[in-house]
Amino acid sequence: MSNVWSNLGDWITERTPGMLPMYRKHMTEYYAPKNFNLWYYFGSLALLVLVAQIITGIFLTMNYNPSAAGAFDSVQYIMRDVEWGWLIRYMHSTGASLFFIVVFLHMFRGIIYGSFKRPRELVWLLGMLIFLVLMAEAFMGYVLPWGNMSFWGAKVIISLFGTIPVIGTHLVEWIMGDFLPGDATLNRFFALHVVALPIVLLLLVVLHIAALHEVGSNNPDGVDVKHGVKGNRWSPLAPADGIPFHPYYTVKDLVGVGFLLLIAAFIIFFAPTLGGWFLEPDNSIAANNLVTPAQIKPVWYFSPFYAIVRMVPSFMDTAVWGVIAMFGSIFVLFAMPWLDRSPVKSIRYRGRGYKIALTVFVIAFLGLCAVGTDTTAEVIPAWFGDVDVTFWENLFGRLMTLLYFGFFVFLWAYTYFGWETTKPVPDRVTTHD
Amino acid sequence: MADEVVDHGRRRFLTVTTAAVGGIGVVAAAVPFVESWQPSARARAAGAPVTQSLKKIEPGQQLIVAWRSLPIFIVNRTPQQLATLPKLNPRLVDPNSDVGQQPAYAKNETRSIKPQWLVMIGICTHLGCVPDYKGKIEPEPFDPNWQGGFYCPCHHSHYDIAGRVYKNMPAPKNMEIPAYHFIDDTTVQIGVDPKGAA
Repeated sequence: MSNVWSNLGDWITERTPGMLPMYRKHMTEYYAPKNFNLWYYFGSLALLVLVAQIITGIFLTMNYNPSAAGAFDSVQYIMRDVEWGWLIRYMHSTGASLFFIVVFLHMFRGIIYGSFKRPRELVWLLGMLIFLVLMAEAFMGYVLPWGNMSFWGAKVIISLFGTIPVIGTHLVEWIMGDFLPGDATLNRFFALHVVALPIVLLLLVVLHIAALHEVGSNNPDGVDVKHGVKGNRWSPLAPADGIPFHPYYTVKDLVGVGFLLLIAAFIIFFAPTLGGWFLEPDNSIAANNLVTPAQIKPVWYFSPFYAIVRMVPSFMDTAVWGVIAMFGSIFVLFAMPWLDRSPVKSIRYRGRGYKIALTVFVIAFLGLCAVGTDTTAEVIPAWFGDVDVTFWENLFGRLMTLLYFGFFVFLWAYTYFGWETTKPVPDRVTTHD
Repeated sequence: MADEVVDHGRRRFLTVTTAAVGGIGVVAAAVPFVESWQPSARARAAGAPVTQSLKKIEPGQQLIVAWRSLPIFIVNRTPQQLATLPKLNPRLVDPNSDVGQQPAYAKNETRSIKPQWLVMIGICTHLGCVPDYKGKIEPEPFDPNWQGGFYCPCHHSHYDIAGRVYKNMPAPKNMEIPAYHFIDDTTVQIGVDPKGAA
């Protein structure tokens, strides 16, 4: 019996000689630093959620009807009549939010350990492109159920392009294919959400991993393992502080997979809307272009960026500044490898100024999240009573916006002018034997 | 073959021209795909004028009708509401409607053909939400000194009863007045200018 299998293996290897070397290069002989910690779960978890979204998404398309007349009803049909349809849809809607939680943590890992720095700039840029496509994917997916929040969310987000001088109005009509979001809009978003963007996303993920495996993984010490001491128990040429990705990190990642699935299952079964944070109540009402929901707020994962649009006032007769600032808040992240010029990668060996600035940045991000989700609009009157909510919300939100962008300005100046006092970086990872 | 001399200039010329012609072809082939995203003939044809009777709108009431799928606000303004308009000028971005958000025949204090009747596209000039009608002159949670008008629930822009935007709001401009005219005293048609107006 074993002979049959090995013969089959030889038969395949003869015909595709590249497969086994590729498997070894990326799995059994990809030597990752041995000191990965909790932060290093989120890359593989992002891949897991991507696969889960694709599988649940494929099954949702089997019963979804992409038309303005039928979309909302078909989603209700999936929820009520399709066998296990509710589970598949809740998996998909919960997966969307978990995707962003995992990706935000993955990006934050990259920032604290300097994983975006030379020689991994391209890995970072590809990752940022993935983030950008993911945002488009999530936005278009949000429109598909054609609830009232889908409709108004689509209208507001597409209108962002309408603030562009001269071509704005025309551009908005071009994106919508009508004078308001309608059948044409829904159909093209469906095509992009289920076909075009997933293909782009998968391609970018492959490139992201390929680029990473070319330069090797960073680690919590920010030590260059690949060009350090050689020789481990698998190979005299491999990095001394590296261990094979498979089986060591695949097994470690399985623990993370179990943990994430546990959290996902809890949400899916006990709190699928998560109190309106993952699925907004207004989206249980069919789209109506004559009735705006009382509060239009984006899903939580867009809220920090969206808050910036709100916080930047119009001047010179145009609202384009807020939109520029919002896109700027994302695009500035692309420039991280060139803004942060510190020779030290990991936060463990960086100056106190960096740690304070990063803390402020996290606070600014969460503060903008609070503004964008209208949490501040609820909290301010509750805590401070009868005050001018708009004034204080604007003051708070504008301060957070300044701190968000201020982080990048500070980071550049701090590292460019050499104000940072770093600690010595060890030659090898701190946990080597 | 091996001893032939390679003409690099000729080779580069051919490479560049091939790439250029191919590039033009790709751009030309992309045009139909890009143009397919334009509003279709059916969508464009759906933009016909709308006629609405005003008989049943009580003073102080708002009616919303759809024209080109846009919400058109029709408000029967009371004299009290109209009296707030001149008082509010210092608090507004564009009190005299200098920005082209209305036809010339509605560029006046009340932004309307007849002072009593407001006909307006009820879309916030910030990001396209439909503002709520808050017509009563009474303190509101968002403004203790509210003079009646419209309040956008999305980003909290305030407008007065003529759709003029307050200062320091996310919205940059007054709400737009569509082309409209009165067929008779109590009937309005939206989408068509009055006779004689440009």
